Amino acid sequence: MTTILQPDHATIPGVNKPVKSRAARRVHGLSDRTIAWLFVAPTIALLLAINIFPLIWMIRLSFTNLNLSMSYLPLRFVGLDNFRDILTDEDVWFRLQTTAQFVICSVALQVVVGFGLALLINRQFRGHSFWTTVILLPMMLSPAVVGNFWTLLLQPQIGPFNYLISLFTGVPPSSFSMTGQVSLAPWTIVLVDTWMWAPYVMLICLAGLRSIPDYIYEAAEVDRASAWRQFWSITLPMTVPFLMLAVLFRAIENFKMFDMVNLLTSGGPGSTTELVSISLKRAAFEKWRTGYSSALAIILFVTVFGAANIYVKTLNKVKQR
Amino acid sequence: MTAAATRSTAHSIVEASPRAKAFAGGLVILYAVITILPLLWIVATAFKSQSDAIAYPPKVIFEPTLEGYVNLFTVRTRQTPDFIAKLPPPATWYDKLVREHDMVIAGPSKVVPRFVNSLIIGFGSTFLAVFLGTLAAYAFSRFRIPLADDLLFFILSTRMMPPVAVAIPIYLMYRQLNLTDTRLGMILLYTAVNVSLAVWLLKGFIDEIPREYEEAALVDGYTRLQALRKVVLPQAVTGIAATAIFCLIFSWNEYAFAVLLTSGEAQTMPPFIPFIIGEGGQDWPAVAAATTLFVVPIVMFTVLLRKHLLRGITFGAVRK
Repeated sequence: MTTILQPDHATIPGVNKPVKSRAARRVHGLSDRTIAWLFVAPTIALLLAINIFPLIWMIRLSFTNLNLSMSYLPLRFVGLDNFRDILTDEDVWFRLQTTAQFVICSVALQVVVGFGLALLINRQFRGHSFWTTVILLPMMLSPAVVGNFWTLLLQPQIGPFNYLISLFTGVPPSSFSMTGQVSLAPWTIVLVDTWMWAPYVMLICLAGLRSIPDYIYEAAEVDRASAWRQFWSITLPMTVPFLMLAVLFRAIENFKMFDMVNLLTSGGPGSTTELVSISLKRAAFEKWRTGYSSALAIILFVTVFGAANIYVKTLNKVKQR
Repeated sequence: MTAAATRSTAHSIVEASPRAKAFAGGLVILYAVITILPLLWIVATAFKSQSDAIAYPPKVIFEPTLEGYVNLFTVRTRQTPDFIAKLPPPATWYDKLVREHDMVIAGPSKVVPRFVNSLIIGFGSTFLAVFLGTLAAYAFSRFRIPLADDLLFFILSTRMMPPVAVAIPIYLMYRQLNLTDTRLGMILLYTAVNVSLAVWLLKGFIDEIPREYEEAALVDGYTRLQALRKVVLPQAVTGIAATAIFCLIFSWNEYAFAVLLTSGEAQTMPPFIPFIIGEGGQDWPAVAAATTLFVVPIVMFTVLLRKHLLRGITFGAVRK
């Protein structure tokens, strides 16, 4: 059974308030206000120290020419030069394009597979619970470990993947390389990402499907709506908020994708699968261009922050259902 | 709530026909089997000999051996057959196994320290994140905090940031503080990432506990802290446990920070596994053995968490 959070915010005024304040007056020891701050402060302090302080430092660095491999150079403020360099660099735009293609293709595929699976599982055949758990496994694994073991599976000669493909199509297994070929590598990362994350979309869609009250379908039956019609006018529209949540989250996650792809193709062949995170890692931790990479990181931050904002709004909308 | 109530009294009109069910079941099972094959292949590879693992065509049927596991835990040196013949007879089964390949065990490999790092950093950051998260979640759930929604969004947004971008200033900061490649540094970093999830999940769990219980306790003369400890926490135990497992899984699986900020001392398993090298490239049976050992706890946790999975992956928004 599925229930969606009621829009009960703990701070809804009125509800239990009179009781609370009466009780609070009697309480010995610390006042509620003090406790509230004592409880929230450590978390906020930690996040300020580990997230916000470094972020501010990075904003400062993004206006400098700092290069850790050439630290003998005097630190110079270069204004917006780094940002100008990034935004006028064709390579950066190309990486962003590669990333966008990866995000769109993989999320689209995950939605199709995930939603399809959810529709099937929602028919509640015998043993559906067990098989659902099996399907969920890939998404719980470490993306790095997944990327690593898929390189074995996708080896042209010793890997079982090419061999299976050749069993069905007759193409010799060593004639193509899923990770080494410019035409195939982008699809390989989409494929592995879908293997891993389609279950995520499935799980959320399943919750959406189960939130649809049966009486709506019963009413539709009474009105003799066809199954097709029921799908388009009931099932789909009522699952869309859930689907949106899944799509947004996957899009954000894939936009910052680093671990799985870094181990599967490490951006190659050439730079065909060099997603923006991998390119950032190269600039920051291989070429040590700290000023430049700080600027690029800030551009990514702003993008993700905007997306996260939309995500939270969708989340709240789903909550209110 | 109403949805759940209606559903349990559902008529059979909406129930799928047996044929439709069988069809759906067949397709789902087919997908499940295909999706689990890569994992089974890895588990099997761990029991292959070096030559079986890289055989062409790939071998489905092979003679199982524990070579992969032995190689994972040991460092070996190649010796001449004469040298080995002169040695005293092997004391253990793994000595014997290694000598069959003209090698002798030179010492333990680094896998155990890496595994220990994963455990210490995983449990350390989980404990801290759940502790801080419980306090903050309780405050957000029960008290009126100014700008609560903005604070909650801020807390969540820190988790959404690209790890590679976050690692740049952290790297510089840790260098100044001498925290690079230390367990403490990684614990603090993972705690910061996990605490956001912990706050969001736990707030949902604590919201579900009726306030009346603790208010009764307060009226009976408990202080807030006593009420929290004796009334709220015992009821939130399941939620806290589920949250802890989610945090543990994150720290256990994390790769980007680990590979960029650690190189030896504090290195965890994920950046270590791909670099288990044998003679001539990756030692696949050993890599597969490490992967298997690394993944087993996750599989167990997934089964344990089954009921709370949906909550965990949506930051507590969708319940099941």
